[in-house]
Amino acid sequence: MFKNRFFWMTVAAALICSIAAPALAEPIEINWWHAMRGPRGETVQKIVDSFNSSQTEYKVIATYKGEYDEVVNAGVAAVRAGKQPHLLQAFEVGTQTMMLSGAIYPVYKLMADSGYKIDWSQYLQPVLSYYMNADGNLMSMPFNSSTPVMYYNLDMFKKAGLQPLSKDKPVTWDEMGDITAKLVKSGATGGLVTGWQSWTQVENYSAIHDLPFASKANGYEGLDTALLINNDKVVNHIARLKSWMADNRFYYGGQKYQGPQAEFIAQNAGLYIDSISAIAKIQKSVKDFQWDIAPLPVEAWMPNPQNSIIGGASLWVFTGLPKQDYKGVAAFLNHLAGTESQVLWHKETGYFPITLGAYEQLKKDGYYKESPYQEVGIKQLTRRNPTKNSRGLRLGYFIQIRNIINEELELVWNDSKTPKQAMDSAVERSNVKLREFEKTYK
Amino acid sequence: MLKKRSYFKKSTLPYLLILPQLLITTAFFYWPALQGLVASFQLSDPFGLRTQFVWFDNYIALFRDPLYLKSFLTTLVFSGSVAAVSICFGLFLATMANRALRMTAVTRTLLIWPYAIAPAISGVLFLFLMHPSYGVVAIAFKRWFGLDWNPLLESSDAMLLIVLASSWKNISYNFVFFLAGLQAVPRSLIEAAAMDGAGPLRRFWTITFPLLSPTMFFVTVMTIIFSFFESFGIIHTVTQGGPGGSTNILVYKVYQDGFIGLNLGSSSAQSIVLMVLIVLITVLQFKYVERKVQYTG
Repeated sequence: MFKNRFFWMTVAAALICSIAAPALAEPIEINWWHAMRGPRGETVQKIVDSFNSSQTEYKVIATYKGEYDEVVNAGVAAVRAGKQPHLLQAFEVGTQTMMLSGAIYPVYKLMADSGYKIDWSQYLQPVLSYYMNADGNLMSMPFNSSTPVMYYNLDMFKKAGLQPLSKDKPVTWDEMGDITAKLVKSGATGGLVTGWQSWTQVENYSAIHDLPFASKANGYEGLDTALLINNDKVVNHIARLKSWMADNRFYYGGQKYQGPQAEFIAQNAGLYIDSISAIAKIQKSVKDFQWDIAPLPVEAWMPNPQNSIIGGASLWVFTGLPKQDYKGVAAFLNHLAGTESQVLWHKETGYFPITLGAYEQLKKDGYYKESPYQEVGIKQLTRRNPTKNSRGLRLGYFIQIRNIINEELELVWNDSKTPKQAMDSAVERSNVKLREFEKTYK
Repeated sequence: MLKKRSYFKKSTLPYLLILPQLLITTAFFYWPALQGLVASFQLSDPFGLRTQFVWFDNYIALFRDPLYLKSFLTTLVFSGSVAAVSICFGLFLATMANRALRMTAVTRTLLIWPYAIAPAISGVLFLFLMHPSYGVVAIAFKRWFGLDWNPLLESSDAMLLIVLASSWKNISYNFVFFLAGLQAVPRSLIEAAAMDGAGPLRRFWTITFPLLSPTMFFVTVMTIIFSFFESFGIIHTVTQGGPGGSTNILVYKVYQDGFIGLNLGSSSAQSIVLMVLIVLITVLQFKYVERKVQYTG
């Protein structure tokens, strides 16, 4: 067998290759840990492939590390072990923890150090502002961003004698009272359901109506922040939803999205508030009725509603890796923010493009004429420049705080507490967490 | 004189033989437990770059938190219910299966199946049956009987749902042990009692049940440990501790605060408390319950 000529040729070839390989300069590997699976993961891979084939110096390796919380935990463990990846996708509620970690290389600095002069004003401001520090410097690269909108059932609207809603001008909450009443009167099981109640009914409600969610500019200006969501306006909003529960104009479908979405798809609820990223799922699941999208309702006293805030995740760069790698990381982030990648990302996943350039390109291509659903969210997000109350939330232990708000809201829905009691207790409990967080970083 | 026992001349060999086991226990149990103990006295950021020693602050904060104390109570109600339901049904099914005349192997195998299912999957299965929006059984009950069932909002419904999901899985486990226990009960005793005129119930209570007590004891300890720890997957998939924190059992709170919330100090303190609690319960069981157990020999 060893006399076989083919065998020896193979050995020789392998030897030559192994000697010659270093001379060809292996591309520097850049690791990116993310939480995008399924079709979203495939789009991530397309963007990575297009970067890898556009140059030979660097090779990005994207790895799915599980759900959002699992990715953050993988990052924490990796940093502790000194084996961190270059890029980590972390969800928006983890922003404060990542920012204060002391293990990250701010993106604005990375781009400047690597010689990229980026005009950040050409980005979608409400998206950037969520990931900026108090001085307006970008700490992480926005990646997948969405915002809540309102889905509604056109067939049920028709049956109740209601006109379709405007895609630009939001309905008022007072009008919502009439609309839901008419829906119920026409024989619908219920009126409105909402996914992610803390995000849509408290966080976004506060941003849209320019109400502070927490002191110190929603936590941007200091760790000594405290929640302010027990103000009259938020309490009244919760009280109104609660009063609608009496005749099913509003009803509770669960904390996350599964329950409320199922209610909407089963035509039990005519209106459904959830992230724009649910569009694809609804398109796939709904076969037997017409539906459309409208911006989130606003109060009648708010003639010029603010931008809504985003949910999603951003990409963080870790420090402590070889210097030459960072040029590659910057090149990849630049590629990612490029119009081509952003257009692809928006079209395939429904998440917002992050640059105005990409948005203009999409408009020019007539994309929003084909799929008018997509534009409702982006218009609502960009209708006004963000204020201190609407640029985002910067809170420590934000995940626990969201849990607390969810719990307290449930206690309102099941008659255990009045809206005022619940919001007071949410503030009190959250502030304990905020003080604990502050103590950790002192 | 003939030596009855073989022994090793050198005393190192036995240690060498148990070394692998010791290493595994140390690496995967003692070392992490020690780390948890240390972390429970610290206030630390997730990345471990700032760490301060805070003595018992984490513990004090825990026991001042009314919700933590409520979580204790929730855990006791939950494990008590799971133990009661799964032991009763496990015993009932085992007694029936022991009397089955036909298809015994098939029946038994089918009854053991649920134990092979992971808790998270069991949770998801029950969710698909009982969720008020998309649960088949829940929707059918609502339509036919007008049953007002809503585990998303009603604390008692939510508790009932997770008790059902956890017990269903555990019944199989208990069933296996009870069945083995029943088969070890000498038939002659039962036949003798039958000849003396004892009915089936009486035979069960006076002969079978006392002889089953070692099994019963073992199964109780195991079920309580199961419901303290392994039920995590069920809570996670079914209620996530809701509504309003009413199904937030201790082990789920550890996960929420530690893994999701990255509050390492507090969650370490919670796991130490949990560990002490489970040791305490087991010791109590051995001390007081085991006395009543009759080991046949």
